[in-house]
Amino acid sequence: MQFGFLLEQVVNGLVLGGYYLLISLGLSLIFSVGGVVNLAHGAFYALGAYLSLEITRYLGFGAAVVVSPIAVAMLGILFERYILRRFYSADPILSLLVTFGLAMVAEQAIRIIWGASPLPASIPPAFRGSVIVGEFLFSRYRVMLLAVVAAVLLGVWLLLHKTSFGRVVRAGIQRPDMVAALGIRLQPYMTAIVMLGVGMAAMGGAFFAPITIVHPAMGSEIITVAFVVVVIGGLGSFWGVVIAALLVGVVRGITIHFVPAAGEASVYVLMFVVLLVRPRGLLGERIEKFE
Amino acid sequence: MTRYSRRTLLKGSAAFAGAAALGFPSIVSGQTDKIKIGHLTPLTGFLGALGAYAQLGMRMAEEEINAAGGIMGRQLEVMSEDSVNPATAATKSQRMLEQDGALVLMGEANSASALTIMQVATRNKRLFIQTGARSDALRGKNCNRYTFHTDIPNTVMVNTVGKALLRDNMVKDKKFFGLTADYIFGHDLLAAAKRFLAANQGNLIGDELIATDVTDFSPYLLKIRQAKPDVVCSNLAGNQVTTLIKQYAEFDLPYPIVGFNLNTADAWAAGEGNLAGIWPTVWYHTLEVPASQTFVANFTKKYGKPPENHAWIEYIAFKIIAQAMNETKSTDTDPLIAYFEKETQFDILKARKAYFRSWDHQLIQEAYTFSPKPKGHAKDKWDLIALGAAVPGTDEPMEVLNPTKEQNPCSL
Repeated sequence: MQFGFLLEQVVNGLVLGGYYLLISLGLSLIFSVGGVVNLAHGAFYALGAYLSLEITRYLGFGAAVVVSPIAVAMLGILFERYILRRFYSADPILSLLVTFGLAMVAEQAIRIIWGASPLPASIPPAFRGSVIVGEFLFSRYRVMLLAVVAAVLLGVWLLLHKTSFGRVVRAGIQRPDMVAALGIRLQPYMTAIVMLGVGMAAMGGAFFAPITIVHPAMGSEIITVAFVVVVIGGLGSFWGVVIAALLVGVVRGITIHFVPAAGEASVYVLMFVVLLVRPRGLLGERIEKFE
Repeated sequence: MTRYSRRTLLKGSAAFAGAAALGFPSIVSGQTDKIKIGHLTPLTGFLGALGAYAQLGMRMAEEEINAAGGIMGRQLEVMSEDSVNPATAATKSQRMLEQDGALVLMGEANSASALTIMQVATRNKRLFIQTGARSDALRGKNCNRYTFHTDIPNTVMVNTVGKALLRDNMVKDKKFFGLTADYIFGHDLLAAAKRFLAANQGNLIGDELIATDVTDFSPYLLKIRQAKPDVVCSNLAGNQVTTLIKQYAEFDLPYPIVGFNLNTADAWAAGEGNLAGIWPTVWYHTLEVPASQTFVANFTKKYGKPPENHAWIEYIAFKIIAQAMNETKSTDTDPLIAYFEKETQFDILKARKAYFRSWDHQLIQEAYTFSPKPKGHAKDKWDLIALGAAVPGTDEPMEVLNPTKEQNPCSL
């Protein structure tokens, strides 16, 4: 019986990890390709949630989870073109400063536009309730969410590993100088990566709005966990981030099962241990420009 | 691209995380002819939405007081800032008294920050009207002569909901599972809940302490499912209650949920069909008292939305301090304390008048329960809640909900 309950927590942790993944994968890609720690990543997640609420009102939930990430990805073009691009070759402290500042500006802008009070959002009727499989209880909504994450993951993996676009991006992570020597400009690829990254974050916001609280600081709440996942997974590794996100979800679930009060701390302990054993993260590659 | 080390990046990130924790003091101009009050309330973090409403209520009171001729003919000027966290709240309140010329401190919704401001008030021998924090300890073992509390304490919230639970036979021999906010307020609320359950033969079979930054309750909900309680009770705070309500509805657990703390701004944010159970409140905008309805109409006209309970509490607290200064003709601490300790009655827009209890400085007043309205009964998005009758009934003294002298270790 005890084992069954534990397994339930493990499965639930995997679902939660899937949601962390939507946020962390983009953060990792932008970090790996551009060398920029995008502290404003959470702002795009929050914006995705707020836009989805607006769109849900007029076009319904289905349209909101598609249109909101696309709209935020478009905003990502401006973000990359007019802000990030100036900092790829600058001192990293400058890109930290600018993205940190942007995160604060975005949070205040959300507060001015939508107010400080949290906004209501509900799960669409079709996905309400729970399903019980054997002894396990699943929220119907989270099962759907897991399927969406799996589909997104597959799409991103195919994009990075089975297309010429992906080959350039992966080469750009390892040897940007060589890519440049071959006459390929990395900048348009970087624009696309930022669009993809912030779009995924917005998608996370849109899908999580009905089950979490939609308020101006939601972006700064998620950025810490997303950053931890990226560090645990290791830079430049697609599967590293995937494993790290799932691991973080599972470790948190198991810890809450046994020592509830240590639930949130367990994630940071995990990061500490991983960094001690593997300083580059679980599957982090040796990236010359970061060494 | 420039070559730089991973270590540089990590160091930089840590530096920014540290910078984020600091508050940014605002520049306050100094004028001597006005009566200045220093006001602190959380504008960010899990209580930020409540603080935003508190500021609106405070500004409305300030304008009305000044429009009516001010205090003793002098204009009132309120300097209001984000209290951020307990340490920053203490620093800012000290600065407001020492440098900005504040005569009185007011505000707060976070029990931990309220505690540090109380210490500053005592050190400086200045009055602090603690408006919105509810921990029993503030008016119990940590009480002090310089602080007066306008919101209902945890014990009152538990007893208010408790009366409704007893009426519905939901306490005796029932198994309760609690989720408690892991800071002074939550611990205190849990202690009050335990006292209530023990006195009425309810059993607390499980209790989980929840860190205030938890945004996913799914592992806890699975534990509740294992425990199979008769009633789930929330001792959470701020917008965490909203998240719990949403995820509780999401997981569709069959056990009834009740709570001993929920602010209406957080109830509004739960979304249609998610709110369930019985909850306590200190005030709600549908309260059918003429003075309350006038306040609601004026507030709604001014801000385009109805007031939340923290807007109301700041409004009445500023009206109380203005009345006290006008009647004592003084802004000095001692005459004001003496005025309040006389148990002077104040109109707080409720059916019965309120007064500060002389020996623990708690504002004694009516409280209410609320429950979600049935689907389709809400007139607008603010009208999701049905307010219960005032507790206690008119046949009982208002003090019965509060801790007695035997239960309350306060010694001023």
